[in-house]
Amino acid sequence: MNCDEVRTLIDAYTDNELDLVTSLSIERHLQTCADCPAIYQNRVVMRNALKADALYFRPSPAVSRRLLQSLPQAEQRGVPRQWRMIGALGLGLLIVGLFLVTGLVVMRNNALPAEDQLVTSVLASHIRSLMADHLTDVISSDQHTVKPWFDGKIDYAPAVIDLAAQGFPLVGGRLDYLESNPVAALVYRNDKHLINLFIWPTSDLPDTAPGQLTRLGYHLLHWQMDNATYWAVSDLEEDKLNTFAELIKHSLH
Amino acid sequence: MPNKRSQFENTVTPYLGAAYNLARWLTGEDADAQDVVQESLLRAFKFFDSFRGGDSRAWLLTIVRHTAYTWLRQNRAGMMVSLDDELPNEALPDDTEEQLIQTLDHQALHQAIAALSVEFREVVILHDLEGLAYKEIAAIANIPIGTVMSRLARARKRLYYTLAQTQQLDRPRTESGKQQT
Repeated sequence: MNCDEVRTLIDAYTDNELDLVTSLSIERHLQTCADCPAIYQNRVVMRNALKADALYFRPSPAVSRRLLQSLPQAEQRGVPRQWRMIGALGLGLLIVGLFLVTGLVVMRNNALPAEDQLVTSVLASHIRSLMADHLTDVISSDQHTVKPWFDGKIDYAPAVIDLAAQGFPLVGGRLDYLESNPVAALVYRNDKHLINLFIWPTSDLPDTAPGQLTRLGYHLLHWQMDNATYWAVSDLEEDKLNTFAELIKHSLH
Repeated sequence: MPNKRSQFENTVTPYLGAAYNLARWLTGEDADAQDVVQESLLRAFKFFDSFRGGDSRAWLLTIVRHTAYTWLRQNRAGMMVSLDDELPNEALPDDTEEQLIQTLDHQALHQAIAALSVEFREVVILHDLEGLAYKEIAAIANIPIGTVMSRLARARKRLYYTLAQTQQLDRPRTESGKQQT
């Protein structure tokens, strides 16, 4: 892809609206081009700035109430205005309650796209590591070689465990980027299948049981443990990936 | 029939904020936005029987958008460029001129969005503020997905240059004024 093509698609790329293949070729271009990364960065800055709460106009509860009150009463057509007002008052109270509940629902729904974006990033990162000649930065099955390699590259020390005895030999480690943050990626193998285990610190989240996803035939498991987020991705069977996750969790404790 | 009203309220109440936000950005004034949302709710209520479930937010926003455009045509005829897909191609400087920005001032950004023509403004509101996917916007605005994509791209470019022109860009190094001359 050349700069012109990339610039035509840079917004859709930033918005995560492109297919994986196109996304990856733009990503490759951004790694080598001297000018385009600045434009991409600007789009990211702008996207984040546009998410600001200050730009979103929210009606006050009083306005919301009034708007809903203005609806015709389907079953009370022609009822004197005063009666309608009294009915509307009670309704208003009901709506305030409804708002509290739906507010929570809406907030939860809004949280989804961000996670989806993360899923796409994790998956893209996994596929890229298989496609490009960049599976590992440090090739070693020795956890004592892989762990110190991350020193000075990221500001936390990921737990590196070899699981060769359990059928998941450590292949190596790699520095990767997810949502523009550097993360540790550990590579494990099971038969011919490769597993990418992404680890990054998230101190403010409680431990969680693994959540499971399947995208494009890949299985993804993610959990929260000891102030870190873990994402395991592989084309391995779901059961085996679960076993792998359990092994990791147990060896850490 | 007695349940229609409560069913309707359950359907639209979660998206009243989204409806108001869109109307507010399209009309530019709180009172006008309230009028537009009120009118939209009346219309939506009238058509509620034919609403077969599905995405209630998209359904409501489609009505709000339509109502807002009608309102704009009646009250702000000068503001309307056209409803066609063929918008004049503005001449914008080459992208290579873009300087890296670190943060954007909300106030300046607010003004820049408000200065966009309505077709560009609505895609920014629906995508960046409301978080809708291109496909959903295409359905609401009744335009092809490719048009959503190109309008968003041009809208952001325009935002960038408006901000750059008014010197509202918060550059990483504030003392680098010399570099720009």
